[in-house]
Amino acid sequence: MSGAKARIEIIERYCKGCSICVEFCPTKVLAMDAFVVKVENADACIACNQCELRCPDFAIKVHKL
Amino acid sequence: MAYDYEKSIRPGKLPHIWCPGCGHGIIMKGLIRAMDTCNLDRNNTAVVSGIGCASRLPGYLDACTLHTAHGRAAAFATGVKMAKPEMTVLVVGGDGDGTAIGGNHFIHACRRNIDMTYIIMNNSIYGMTGGQFSPCTPTGALASTTVYGNPDPTFDIAKLAIGAGATFVARGTAYHAAQIDKLIAEGIQHKGLAVIEILDDCPTTYGRRNKFRSVIDMMKRLKDIAVPVAAAAKMTPEQLEGKVLTGVLHKEERPEYTEQYAEVIKRAQGV
Repeated sequence: MSGAKARIEIIERYCKGCSICVEFCPTKVLAMDAFVVKVENADACIACNQCELRCPDFAIKVHKL
Repeated sequence: MAYDYEKSIRPGKLPHIWCPGCGHGIIMKGLIRAMDTCNLDRNNTAVVSGIGCASRLPGYLDACTLHTAHGRAAAFATGVKMAKPEMTVLVVGGDGDGTAIGGNHFIHACRRNIDMTYIIMNNSIYGMTGGQFSPCTPTGALASTTVYGNPDPTFDIAKLAIGAGATFVARGTAYHAAQIDKLIAEGIQHKGLAVIEILDDCPTTYGRRNKFRSVIDMMKRLKDIAVPVAAAAKMTPEQLEGKVLTGVLHKEERPEYTEQYAEVIKRAQGV
């Protein structure tokens, strides 16, 4: 069973790869994939919304489950 | 559901032009949330800017927007507010645009206490024009025009605004993203001139020259230097060395300019 509290949507076309979201995610859900971010550990998401708040490029949406 | 920012952005405008890691996008999101908090009608809200990276913001926002001459945002915004006092007027811009080239307009908008909200994105540099030093570049820092270190002391925008007569002054940072909308919303709801300074990062023209290895280092620095006003009250001057106060720094009530001016019009017309 998945423990994820939210589904993270990444709009790759907007992502500029600054990695702020990767750094400040408290449960290390996100990782860099070459130049854009990817969801690496979806189950660990606690829906804290920090990545969406901090993304300067409108590239992350946190859909709470 | 995720926060719906797209409804406030002009279709087809994203991705924006700001560099990877630039905090302007974080501040723009805060501004959109604040506009929603205050239930602003976008057809009755003017967002005015001058020139610079930060001043590109109104181009993305779906509101009544005005992109004006360098440093003149406060002057144009004053004109909009005088002509249409019922409009909500927001001014956005950078530290160079607001406090150097537009310093004169800025202090006089503060002095008049005209009902506007001035959001200054302070990234310590002129980013768009090539990294020249601004009045907010830290002493000793490197810029394209201070290659041996900046000899100038730094403007404290909040103190400048308070000294000039602004009746609401607050400061946040791009790192403290969740606080930005609350400060801006409080500024919008305040009757009179509200100055919201948001400390920002410019990884491209400031960070690289000043030994920040990445945008993450710049964000962590913002986290480290920010001290909320309440916490600062319990700290010694030594502990506060090198720190910057955040939160609402000043709030007072004083007659608002367009209301005062309406009285002048009444007197002149003898009614």
